[in-house]
Amino acid sequence: MSPIAVEVIIFLIKAVLIINGLLMSAAYLVYFERKISAWAQNRIGPNRVGPLGLFQSFADVFKLYFKEDVVPKLADKRFHLIAPVISIGIAIGVYAVIPFGDSFTVNIGGAATKIWLAVTPHVNVGILFILAMTSLGVYGITLAGWSSNNKYSLLGGLRSAAQMISYELSMGLALISVLMMAGSLDLTEIVHKQAGGSWNVFFQPLAFIIFLTASFAETNRTPFDLPEAEPELVGGYHTEYSSMKFGLFFLAEYINMVTACAIMVILFFGGWNAPFLYEALALPEGSPLLALTQFGVMAAKMIPFLFFFIWVRWSVPRFRYDQLMSLGWKVMLPLALANIAITGVVMVILKHFGIIS
Amino acid sequence: MGENNIVVSYLPLIVMVAVGFVFGLSNVFLAEILGSRRNKTNVKLDTYECGMEPVKTARERFSVKFYLVAMLFIVFDIEIVFMYPWAVKFRELGEIGLVAMLLFMALLFAGFVYVYKKGALTWD
Repeated sequence: MSPIAVEVIIFLIKAVLIINGLLMSAAYLVYFERKISAWAQNRIGPNRVGPLGLFQSFADVFKLYFKEDVVPKLADKRFHLIAPVISIGIAIGVYAVIPFGDSFTVNIGGAATKIWLAVTPHVNVGILFILAMTSLGVYGITLAGWSSNNKYSLLGGLRSAAQMISYELSMGLALISVLMMAGSLDLTEIVHKQAGGSWNVFFQPLAFIIFLTASFAETNRTPFDLPEAEPELVGGYHTEYSSMKFGLFFLAEYINMVTACAIMVILFFGGWNAPFLYEALALPEGSPLLALTQFGVMAAKMIPFLFFFIWVRWSVPRFRYDQLMSLGWKVMLPLALANIAITGVVMVILKHFGIIS
Repeated sequence: MGENNIVVSYLPLIVMVAVGFVFGLSNVFLAEILGSRRNKTNVKLDTYECGMEPVKTARERFSVKFYLVAMLFIVFDIEIVFMYPWAVKFRELGEIGLVAMLLFMALLFAGFVYVYKKGALTWD
């Protein structure tokens, strides 16, 4: 086989694996959200479909497929159709740069081929690509709000656009201090820089807190879920959506949550680095088992964050819109700027005394 | 190699986004085929307004504040993106780089204070 054919096949396998993995994780995230909310509210939660209700999400997906797709007569049909597609396309597209581990080597047609656990390995615009994609995600929600020609949808879409772009500033600024330490935009490289327990969260706690708060706002989760604040706006931007179009918005929201957790783990918690684990296992470099372990470590680190997202949703009340905007602009933006200045000054001083290179 | 190599290594980024879009579109069409197609009455296709008859359309004027936030976002976001290459090369640039960026950040902050004092960030 020609090398290009091999590359294309590897890409296809990766794409299929990632989409299926995302669908499964989103399905079970919904299940866990319902179980945890039930636990928080002293209920039982889903327990009918399959053992412990484990197949509930699949039943929901089938239900969504067989539902009638109602498009309001006053809606702009084209944009009404394209909005959920933009949301899900962007949510999946981000996974082009997110690595889940290093590489492993396999023998394809007599040639040793290195396979990275990322769709686009070592692309040196990783973080910029993620920021660009999350910016584009605003289009899906805003178009949904506008095209529905419904006042609730319009308000939800506008709120969401303003909220997401406001928090993106703090998010981008919080990332700069991490980049100053890592010196690279390549996510795999940033993970390697954190090897040996020198995780960024220990050096950049403020940046982490800003990033965490901003990612709650970016994913439209409580306490910042004003775009779909049900007591005021019915369903917000997806009021007029039904059938799988609604399902796609729902899916995109949960995939974005997984993305946010993955980015937090990669940037602040050392990605697939784990103290003592790899030394204890002593797996050879490039073996598939090592790559699998790295993936497992990464997934295990993401779970507490996902739980945190759900936990916060069921414990913290919603913000008021003016409070939300003033938190983003008046508190987080100056804090993030100050964090960069402090990081820069401290790094120059440490370098002056020869503590860091 | 060279230029061609860059195109090849960046191609999966675009293809992955395309795959995402294809996934979304195929799901919408699958639901269209599978979903029920009962008679769509005039009332069913009306805009939802809590069961009341809709009052005018949503193509109305809305608060100018949203435009203001969007404009401020563009100004600040461009300046933040400008800081990215500096952050990546920060270790090599050393003290001079730090002083230059602190100056830039002071200007950025002055703009921020101006916007703040003008009340552009206050919602009421």
